[in-house]
Amino acid sequence: MKKIIKYVLLDLLRNRIIIAFTLFLAVISFSVFNLEDNPSKGILSLLNLVLIIVPLVSIVFSTIYVYNAAEFIELLVSQPLRRVNIWLSIFTGLAASMCVAFLVGCGVPVLIYAPTDVGLMMTAMGLLLTIVFVAIALLASVLTRDKAKGIGVAILLWFYFTLIFDGIVLFLLFQFMDYPMEKPMVVFSCLNPVDLARILILLKLDISALMGATSAIFSDFFGSKWGMMATVLIMIAWALLPLWWSVRKFNRKDL
Amino acid sequence: MKSINDHMKNLCLAISLVVFTITANAKTWIVRPAGPLQSLQEAINNAMPGDTVMVERGVYRQPTIIVNKPLYLKGIGYPVLDGQKKHEIMIIKSSRVVVEGFAVQHSGYSGYNDIAAIRIVNSRSVTIRNNRFDDNFFGIYSQHATGCTISGNELRSNAINEINSANGIHCWKSDSMQILNNTITGHRDGIYFEFVTNSIIKNNTSTGNVRYGLHFMFSNDDAYVGNQFKDNGAGVAVMFSKGVIMLQNTFIENWGSAAYGILLKEISDSRIEHNRFVRNTTGIYMEGTNRIKVAKNVFHNNGWALKIQASCSDNTVTQNNFLGNSFDVATNGSLVLNSFNSNYWDKYEGYDLNRDGVGDVPYRPVSVYAMIAERNPVTMMLFRSFITSLLDKAEKTIPGFIPENLKDDQPRMKAFK
Repeated sequence: MKKIIKYVLLDLLRNRIIIAFTLFLAVISFSVFNLEDNPSKGILSLLNLVLIIVPLVSIVFSTIYVYNAAEFIELLVSQPLRRVNIWLSIFTGLAASMCVAFLVGCGVPVLIYAPTDVGLMMTAMGLLLTIVFVAIALLASVLTRDKAKGIGVAILLWFYFTLIFDGIVLFLLFQFMDYPMEKPMVVFSCLNPVDLARILILLKLDISALMGATSAIFSDFFGSKWGMMATVLIMIAWALLPLWWSVRKFNRKDL
Repeated sequence: MKSINDHMKNLCLAISLVVFTITANAKTWIVRPAGPLQSLQEAINNAMPGDTVMVERGVYRQPTIIVNKPLYLKGIGYPVLDGQKKHEIMIIKSSRVVVEGFAVQHSGYSGYNDIAAIRIVNSRSVTIRNNRFDDNFFGIYSQHATGCTISGNELRSNAINEINSANGIHCWKSDSMQILNNTITGHRDGIYFEFVTNSIIKNNTSTGNVRYGLHFMFSNDDAYVGNQFKDNGAGVAVMFSKGVIMLQNTFIENWGSAAYGILLKEISDSRIEHNRFVRNTTGIYMEGTNRIKVAKNVFHNNGWALKIQASCSDNTVTQNNFLGNSFDVATNGSLVLNSFNSNYWDKYEGYDLNRDGVGDVPYRPVSVYAMIAERNPVTMMLFRSFITSLLDKAEKTIPGFIPENLKDDQPRMKAFK
């Protein structure tokens, strides 16, 4: 298993797209921090990068990689290796290399220019989101045999998590405006890893506003030590569940 | 002639002697726990107007002390006046009384009487300075007082809720009061003014009070300058008053659903200038205010910097710095009768072609999401998500939902120093 991980990792770190992604993140992060005289505004601009671009690249790249590695996977399967190990090694390699790319491209500038609570939280959330979306990508690619369809599913999932889901929640909140929606809202947020990441960053960034009105319940839930731990656990579950499902699928898949 | 001259000299001598003896008659009484004079009240009863009563270190558990003549009461080494949680500790019924250097503690508590540690009644020019107040119901209570000075006192109490607690410095129907350099914590309202005119509140620190750091009701022509209000249950409230001047104060971390840096209700002809609002849920909340000038303030990292309800008119917001607030301005209607100009908004994205330091495109400080969150607070949880930034961008380009006229036509490109 170690050998496969090592091979996948080396292959990926030399991959041109990963290098380009790292450079892209680094250029954007550095220029954002250099353009704004106020680092907290730079953080705000990077927030969209972390919540939108990072999941997109993670999911699309991972899907494409798995399809391109189809022959390599077939070769591995023909060897006396357990399928679970093969699949998990591919996941580990992918997640690790994407995390390194994010850490170098975005994490380092953040830690240099804005080593605050917000910056640390944002880096942590970026890493978690990367892992979650790599796991979702593996699931998407194992579910469909056709490459084009698989990439389509991946993009659709990204679109759902970053935009459609929030649209539906906003719609529901206004439909049920007359009812107390605080608790359902906590449940809604747990249904979307991007929302969870955003809320955890928000708690550091806009705490004054969140303390207002009824939203105090969120800072009570997400802001407390246990709430924060629960949230991170849910995020990890968001990585583990798709991964577990994809492993099951892969075990029985006719390659 | 000589004899007449001598007579004159003698007369002068005699007169000056009489005058000197009268002034020198201002006696000093010393009260100490070991005696012979053990009771402060006894000393006051024996003293003549203008005398000095020195109280030495010790604990004095005595019934309510009534000061009914102009005296200088001075504590040495903070002697303790203890109300044993039963009664008022001192009532000042005379003008020109000075109370200095006492530790006043454990006043009584009552649900229907206003029991105070020190009460000033119908007097002028009373000075209460450099005392320590601990665990009292009301701290200093002035009623029908004029020209009194309350300075350098430290007031602390341990209020838990609004019902079972009272105010630190409470002035009612008073005039020309000076409240200077006091520190107030753990009371209901730090400083409370009701029907108080021509007074000044300066350089006080009011923190951790259950309700308001400073509370104004029906008090006209007052000023508060250079005070710090931090972490109070609901910040500062100024209600039903006119001609209030608020300068160089600092409002920090007033957090909560109903907490404001300043809550203004039915205020007119006032000025709010050179203040700092940092990390409050709402910096300034205005309701039914008229002709207020909000100028040269700094709003930093607040949830909402300004909430101006549609019931306000003719207010001017100018030359302020808005930095890192979640929302700059929020309102609850489309009617705008207030003017915003020449402020610095860090969210401004316009340009300045002629380089005169003024942006060429108007800035609309109300974001559509502020309006949405105003109507449906739970939606705050979707703040800064992709969909809401899309909504904001769309609304900034073609305003449909936010008030058309709420805009700053001369937004500054650089923050004011």
